[in-house]
Amino acid sequence: MTKDELKIKFESLQEGLSFEEGTEWLTINIAPEEFKNFALLLRNNNELHFDYLFCLTGVDWKTHLSVVYHFSSTVFRHDVVIKVKIDKADPIVDTVCDIWRTAEFHEREAYDLLGVEFAGHPDLRRLFLTPDHEGFPLRKDYEDPINMIKL
Amino acid sequence: MLEELGTNDQGDMIINIGPQHPSTHGVLHLVITLNGETIKKVEPHLGYIHRSIEKMCESLSYRQFIYVTSRMDYLSSHINNHGCALCVEKGLQIEIPSRAQVIRVLMDELTRLASHLLWWGALAMDLGAFTPFFYSFREREMINELMEDTCGARLTMNYIVPGGVMMDLHPDFQRKVKEFLRLFKSKIHEYDDLVTGNIIFQNRTKGVGYISKEDAISFGCTGPTGRGSGLSCDIRKLYPYEIYDQLQFDEVIETDGDSWARYKVRVGEMVQSMRIIEQLIDNIPEGDFQAKTKAVLKLPKGDFYTRVETARGELGVYIVSEGGSTPYRIKFRSPGFSNLSALDHMSRGGKIGDLMATMGTLDLVIPDIDR
Amino acid sequence: MISLEGLTTLLQTWLQNTLGEPWAFAAESVLVGIAAITLFAFLGLALVYMERKVAALMQIRLGPNRVGPKGIFQTSADTLKLVMKEGLTPDGADKFLFNLAPFMVMIAAMLVLAPIAFARNFQIWDLSIGVLYVAAVSSVAVIGILMAGWSSNNKYSLLGAMRSAAQIVSYELSAGLSILAIVILTGSLRISDIINSQADGWWIIKGHLPVLIAFIIFLIAVTAETNRAPFDLAEAESELTAGFHTEYSGMKFALFFLAEYINIFIGCAIGATLFFGGWMPFHIGGWDSFNHVMDFIPSSVWFFSKTMFLIFLIMWFRWTFPRLRVDQLLNLEWKYLLPISMVNLLIVTFMAIMGWHL
Repeated sequence: MTKDELKIKFESLQEGLSFEEGTEWLTINIAPEEFKNFALLLRNNNELHFDYLFCLTGVDWKTHLSVVYHFSSTVFRHDVVIKVKIDKADPIVDTVCDIWRTAEFHEREAYDLLGVEFAGHPDLRRLFLTPDHEGFPLRKDYEDPINMIKL
Repeated sequence: MLEELGTNDQGDMIINIGPQHPSTHGVLHLVITLNGETIKKVEPHLGYIHRSIEKMCESLSYRQFIYVTSRMDYLSSHINNHGCALCVEKGLQIEIPSRAQVIRVLMDELTRLASHLLWWGALAMDLGAFTPFFYSFREREMINELMEDTCGARLTMNYIVPGGVMMDLHPDFQRKVKEFLRLFKSKIHEYDDLVTGNIIFQNRTKGVGYISKEDAISFGCTGPTGRGSGLSCDIRKLYPYEIYDQLQFDEVIETDGDSWARYKVRVGEMVQSMRIIEQLIDNIPEGDFQAKTKAVLKLPKGDFYTRVETARGELGVYIVSEGGSTPYRIKFRSPGFSNLSALDHMSRGGKIGDLMATMGTLDLVIPDIDR
Repeated sequence: MISLEGLTTLLQTWLQNTLGEPWAFAAESVLVGIAAITLFAFLGLALVYMERKVAALMQIRLGPNRVGPKGIFQTSADTLKLVMKEGLTPDGADKFLFNLAPFMVMIAAMLVLAPIAFARNFQIWDLSIGVLYVAAVSSVAVIGILMAGWSSNNKYSLLGAMRSAAQIVSYELSAGLSILAIVILTGSLRISDIINSQADGWWIIKGHLPVLIAFIIFLIAVTAETNRAPFDLAEAESELTAGFHTEYSGMKFALFFLAEYINIFIGCAIGATLFFGGWMPFHIGGWDSFNHVMDFIPSSVWFFSKTMFLIFLIMWFRWTFPRLRVDQLLNLEWKYLLPISMVNLLIVTFMAIMGWHL
């Protein structure tokens, strides 16, 4: 499906979705509490069939965090971007590693570097940094006086 | 206490492979749980070479950050640079000259060839045969010399920049590439004689490290790993960039999903890369090698995502821009990271020797995983 | 013509005349001991050098070429380095067994040297059960390897030692059975008898196809027993870093290293003795003048060139083949080599009864 067809399809499946304008791929903003059900819909709907999660990351927007999921379908070859806006003080979003198994590592990476907590993740530990490390390096307010060189 | 003894409560032996180990090809640390010689669990511990490239890029301009990305997957640094350059060009909507496009594709394919050659030798070494390593390095050295002539570097090229390529090709480039192709073709049968046809090698790889197509999709396996499981995932075919849609080449797909299938995919890809180089080497168009760009690049506000096919799979470059001269956030979706996540699934139930074959055919490059 | 046989006879007469019977025997024992150890050291150095040159030949490179002409002193320099290195003993290791293990392996390798005939009538001990002795003593080495693996208190070492034990115990069988084939044809376990029985042609030629099969199986089994690639699972460096000798350093490591090469030499010497007539020149039954010409080449040259040829074959294997997996290794032995060598033995016995080999 093309971007416009996908948009119509999504609107018919769920009401009140907010789409982002001017993007290459269809981008949907969604609240964290609705996300899990929406993810299941993406994976299990026969016409959508988003079976391939190719990128999972987070962005620190200073006021809030957003988790960005890039989905693709290996059957229909269409793509969609889902952005979940979460609170910085309580950064919790449901895990999708039971739907896309690659998410297990990607979520651990996002947890390690951005501090996003994925509820229901079987093994949410730091992936790159040591377990006793403090702070989340990819957040904008992270300070490391020794290793970070400010230009 | 049990951890200290190296066993768990079921009496299984827990053994560390790495961070310094001959067959992890770098500083990968695997904690494997063994029952006798049979693997029950493989748990990768990462971060020994994490340099936080994504954070570094946030303070570098759009011209500077390319140089850091060469250090991610150092065996396909041209393709990393290419992905980043494409993403910046997408944001700026720059049309690059056709000469630069052809040069980029040529360099990509030479890099892919060099990377697969190294993988071929290293895989054989993992399985206990030393000699193939020297044979593959003989050919790889020629590619490295080609790169040195044109780019001034042998490993971290930094040659592809937003708007085109850094400088024009070396005058000897075409002649040397043709010489390389001629030599490589006369030598490639040695590869089959030495490794592919070897019965021990086939027994070591057939049925080892199996992953089904569904699992490969779920684990996000791309590149030869995905294609070995029958998943069509070649970005050059699916989402063609540069001039790949005008070129004649096949996507090599095997359906067995084991190490042997991945081996055959990579060997097939070497031949396809040669095909691409042969088509282009006599048809490099004249003209500029770089488009005119502003001194300071500023991407418009928004998200930009490009995907390119590296030697290991799909590399995604995700740039979030706030309109400034530096990216607000960069994410590299590295192929090795996703492929590694499937390692546990692939190696359970196998022997330690199988783990080496599986790791070898996943072709892990640790800086690519750690970034 | 000066021969090794003449030298030994001369020495013995002189010793007996000057010292008397018992002291002469004691002096001879000491001399033989010194000679054996010197031979060991020399063989170790020469074989390591040979291995590196053969590897270089296979791998389109030059190999050692800096120390001395063509690099011939490279291995001596390496040994000197190893001697000067500190021999570490890990904290958690069982110190007694850990330090004993390399010597066990070395002694086992040395003991097998006794019945080997290096030239005509040049043998340390021509005992009546020579071949049986070789088969029995060579498997003592596995105790040393197990000791090393267990006492190192290292998981890689333990896995390597266990693999090695399984491997040597299995491959002993087919090595033994293929040796038996020659014993049946000869009717004697004594090494000198076996060699003399090949005066009218080597067994590999006059034994027809069954002996050829026995020889191939023997070669495979020797490669496996000496833990050489493609059967080097005990020290598979891409899996177990260095297997059973992971924790060894300095001279203790060098002893393991040396023992490996001595074992190859002994395995190939036995192979040369059984199948290629040992020091026996190339003879064809009935061609007396041809045989006489062949006799002009000294017997020690015959023995060493045959042995070196077999060693070269084993080195060729190592630098060409990938390693087998542990279950494939045991499958190969128990499902293929053992049944084949049993049937082969039956055929050889039948052949011997019918007298077809003469």
